[in-house]
Amino acid sequence: MTNTWQDIKNADVILVMGGNAAEAHPCGFKWVIEAKIERGAKLVVVDPRFTRTASVADFYTPIRPGTDIAFLNGVIRHLLAKDAIQHEYVRAYTNAALIVREDFGFTDGLFSGWSAEKHDYDRTSWAYELDDDGYAKIDPTLQHPRCVINLLKHHVDRYTPEMVERICGTPKAKFLAVCDLIAGTAAPDRTLTSLFALGWTQHSVGSQNIRTMAMVQLLLGNIGLSGGGMNALRGHSNIQGLTDLGLMSELMPGYLAMPKDSEPTLADYLKTRTYKPLRPGQVSYWQNYKKFFVSLQKSVFGAAATAENDWAYEWLPKLDVPMYDVLRAFELMANGKMNGYICQGFNPQQAFPNRAKVRSALGKLKWLVVMDPLQTETASFWQDHGPQNPSDPAKIATEVFALPTACFAEDPGSLTNSARWVQWHWKAADPPGEAKSDNAIIAAIFRRVQALYRKDGGTFPEPILNLSWDYLDPDEPQADEIAKEINGRALTDLKDAGGGVLVHAGRQLDGFAQLRDDGSTACGCWIYSGCYTEHGNMMARRDAADPREQGLAPHWAFAWPANRRIMYNRASADPAGKPWNPEKAIIAWNGTRWAGIDVPDFGPTTKPDSGVGPFIMNQEGLGRLFALDKMRDGPFPEHYEPFESPVPNLLHPKVATNPAARVFADDRKAFGDAAKFPYVGTTYRLTEHFHFWTKHALANAILQPEEFCEIGEVLAKEKGIGQGGWVRVSSNRDHVICKAYVTKRIKPMLVDGKPVHVIGLPLHWGFTGVARKGYGANTLTPFVGDANTQTPEFKAFLVNVEPVPAPVA
Amino acid sequence: MANEQSLDIVRRSASTGDPPDIRKEQQVAKLIDVSRCIGCKACQAACMEWNNLRPEMEHFEGSYDNPADLNPATWTLMRFTEYEPEDGHLEWLIRKDGCMHCADPGCLKACPAPGAIVQYRNGIVDFISEACIGCGYCVKGCPFNIPRVSKVDHKSYKCSLCSDRVSAGLEPACVKACPTGAILFGTKEDMTQWAGERVEDLKSRGYAHAGLYDPQGVGGTHVMYVLHHADRPSLYAGLPDKPKIDPLVQAWKGVFKPVALAALAATAVAGFVHWVVRGPNEVQPEDEAAGRKMLDDGPGKPEAKQ
Repeated sequence: MTNTWQDIKNADVILVMGGNAAEAHPCGFKWVIEAKIERGAKLVVVDPRFTRTASVADFYTPIRPGTDIAFLNGVIRHLLAKDAIQHEYVRAYTNAALIVREDFGFTDGLFSGWSAEKHDYDRTSWAYELDDDGYAKIDPTLQHPRCVINLLKHHVDRYTPEMVERICGTPKAKFLAVCDLIAGTAAPDRTLTSLFALGWTQHSVGSQNIRTMAMVQLLLGNIGLSGGGMNALRGHSNIQGLTDLGLMSELMPGYLAMPKDSEPTLADYLKTRTYKPLRPGQVSYWQNYKKFFVSLQKSVFGAAATAENDWAYEWLPKLDVPMYDVLRAFELMANGKMNGYICQGFNPQQAFPNRAKVRSALGKLKWLVVMDPLQTETASFWQDHGPQNPSDPAKIATEVFALPTACFAEDPGSLTNSARWVQWHWKAADPPGEAKSDNAIIAAIFRRVQALYRKDGGTFPEPILNLSWDYLDPDEPQADEIAKEINGRALTDLKDAGGGVLVHAGRQLDGFAQLRDDGSTACGCWIYSGCYTEHGNMMARRDAADPREQGLAPHWAFAWPANRRIMYNRASADPAGKPWNPEKAIIAWNGTRWAGIDVPDFGPTTKPDSGVGPFIMNQEGLGRLFALDKMRDGPFPEHYEPFESPVPNLLHPKVATNPAARVFADDRKAFGDAAKFPYVGTTYRLTEHFHFWTKHALANAILQPEEFCEIGEVLAKEKGIGQGGWVRVSSNRDHVICKAYVTKRIKPMLVDGKPVHVIGLPLHWGFTGVARKGYGANTLTPFVGDANTQTPEFKAFLVNVEPVPAPVA
Repeated sequence: MANEQSLDIVRRSASTGDPPDIRKEQQVAKLIDVSRCIGCKACQAACMEWNNLRPEMEHFEGSYDNPADLNPATWTLMRFTEYEPEDGHLEWLIRKDGCMHCADPGCLKACPAPGAIVQYRNGIVDFISEACIGCGYCVKGCPFNIPRVSKVDHKSYKCSLCSDRVSAGLEPACVKACPTGAILFGTKEDMTQWAGERVEDLKSRGYAHAGLYDPQGVGGTHVMYVLHHADRPSLYAGLPDKPKIDPLVQAWKGVFKPVALAALAATAVAGFVHWVVRGPNEVQPEDEAAGRKMLDDGPGKPEAKQ
């Protein structure tokens, strides 16, 4: 989230699209209700199904799964055509006026630079035209045909309301009604908040779905303001913390990049990460990259990381592919190229697509370690549970180690919520039985591996032998020790220019501004710096005081970065430094500095007329309507059909699907077509359950006991499916047999004149726990991910459905 | 519930005599604002947790209603209705069902067991389980079809409005758990006033018939609803449009019950006379056998463990 949960109450319009906040985030949804009741806000829901969120909405419209970009590009077209944009904001705070290179282009579904052989783009042309000083050229009059706003206008021109209706199945009148509700927030004192979740991410165009909405928000001037922003509602209590700490193969803590094979030296690595400003005088904060990187290396390798050895750069793994995401890991397993797997707090047997492939891949491992507080399907994949998990233990040689872990209330630590609040929690009870904290288990594994390397040597032992492991009890590092390490400390006295000591050696840092690239600071995750200072554990703060009751609560826990509650908040004030909306001011220029109720996302004394843009992380200081080369699949969002779609791509039939998405050969063969599988399947959560955990809890199982799918009345009638009757839902990969909920809440959509039916598949069931045994929706889903993140396309795929007799119990 | 609040009792089933009148208490009410309810079932879960209830796990039956109906261990239940008016604007009406805590409680009037149903001064109607004889008359007496008699212990159960929590100054468990503030608790006066504001808001959003459900046919209720369609409560999974106590129950209370009680008294007198004149009835072996047979045959199979 750019903003906070509580800040949702400041919105005038709440758009829930790409998510179902009431269903999946019922507690946070209170702020939506608050906005409605206290502010008279309008709630708009765009979703294939009439959801629990839609049940309290002021306006609902359906959309075919996987067509959000077409819808939102249509919105952008509408805003530009009706001139319903926040002009001053767009001119001053976005890259609308910057001029793009002449060789950039888009033809028949492909951006310039496409290579059919490499199946990838050369993104060189996706850039600004630079002047002799290396700065982007600009046309403040917005007249140049290649300035971003004009290219954008041209790009979205195809997305007429009629085309939106033909692609999305959203009736034109309803689409235009949503456009008008959105357009109303272009006024400087009105805001729209975008609440989204996996309904946008779980597509082969997932990242672009979100980007399109971010562009809408920039055009409306809604980024950085109270009641505005792009608000990703995260699905696990600490999934934000997972990404922040870099638990992804292509990332290190604080969104630093994992080095690539093509970057054998530190100089190579840093060359593309110097982030020189692209406009005069800009902050381009990533210029400090080396400080963050060196401090991380000092934290990881301690004294062994030195200037002489390039801060131990050599000891970092180098990626030979863009990333080793979960899909790739299982592909490698399936091909016998990955032989061991440690699964910590993760249940891929249920949570990842094509369960049969996952099950077969796990069966090819030599060993599998599962760390979890509960019995999981992954740890039991080898057991035969009949049709729900057909396995033959006699044929599976995988050795499985199930290591019971403590649950969140059984050890202390921090959880980072959607609003980037890093909140400390305390231990409430001892873990049961043999369960141990995750720290203790990881430490035990590491210490044994390290001892083996010491004793027997081995290939490339340096990173293991030199890993800094400076804990009071090396067998169980404590949460507060790790938190202090993440915050960072001075290794030698940090001095100012005059030689005065700013921070004494050994002291905790106050924040990332104190980090240095000379090895004098160590910091485990730069964006978290400030979470555990000499003043104590900032994450443990519990002061709910909230100035002007604006939903910031600045003394409650710690928000990264720098305890900032609303990102890009410089943009909440106009170029002269006055808040766009004085009623909901965040910061303002008081003549000498920026002051207000939040930590400024800007130099605290940088004058408003200094020409410094508000988006200080970006090289040009501006919000990007044109994404440069930062996205693999295009600098503008474009509608591509899901990999399994019931209809052709009306815009460019030859480039129907996202060209930059990665598909493994076997998985492509496993895609189905609309002739055999004519209906659109989509998976989702229910309020009554949390993923695959709560089926272990009797109370939750009572509230939602049994696997089912949701089918519209029209299709049910066509197929002779009765209410609560048994059905077989199949994809080209496998099938599930479950009960049918015949509902008015899913209706066929008219897509280019033809009806498209959607079948909803709640995902919670499996073969462990106390709820009734089920297959799990991912039995059906396709093995393909988003071009940028490889998040699987769970939200749109092809299925068939037919009534079947009740299975024999 | 255990009767811990005898000083607060204003009415007792099948009893005469004046209630204690030393305490003064405000009338309370739970306000369920259907228009801000998202059907998350946190109220249902909280009710199970606080009251230590675990009904039998059922099956999926073609709706989100789970369990499918109220039962002795399910005192509150979300009921989901897909309502599609002719204009095609689908609505998903979600109503939390449970005891309405009538000001004029039909269950209490119908109950023949002395003190098995009580009404407290604050308006809460409570079942005193140890006094319940499981006759099921309360079910007949309830215009909302709420009480359920257990086949295990032959006692009748329903929502207590967390009388135990309320007597300790806490809100009912469902109110505490509700994430969207759709369930509120306070004095009946405050709740009625707040409901008025909510109704105005709904009218401004196009619900011309929004209103408060506080049916006067049962003297008003201590559980009230804000409805978008107050002109047609029955849209919400059959909430009675105009609930009132069954005339038979009224008659039972007004006319038949005194007669019946007199008959009971007469029987007792006759029994006493019989005992004096003929001596006590001894249990004969054939009586014992008949009794065992009755136990073995029914009245019903015990329920699964709850």
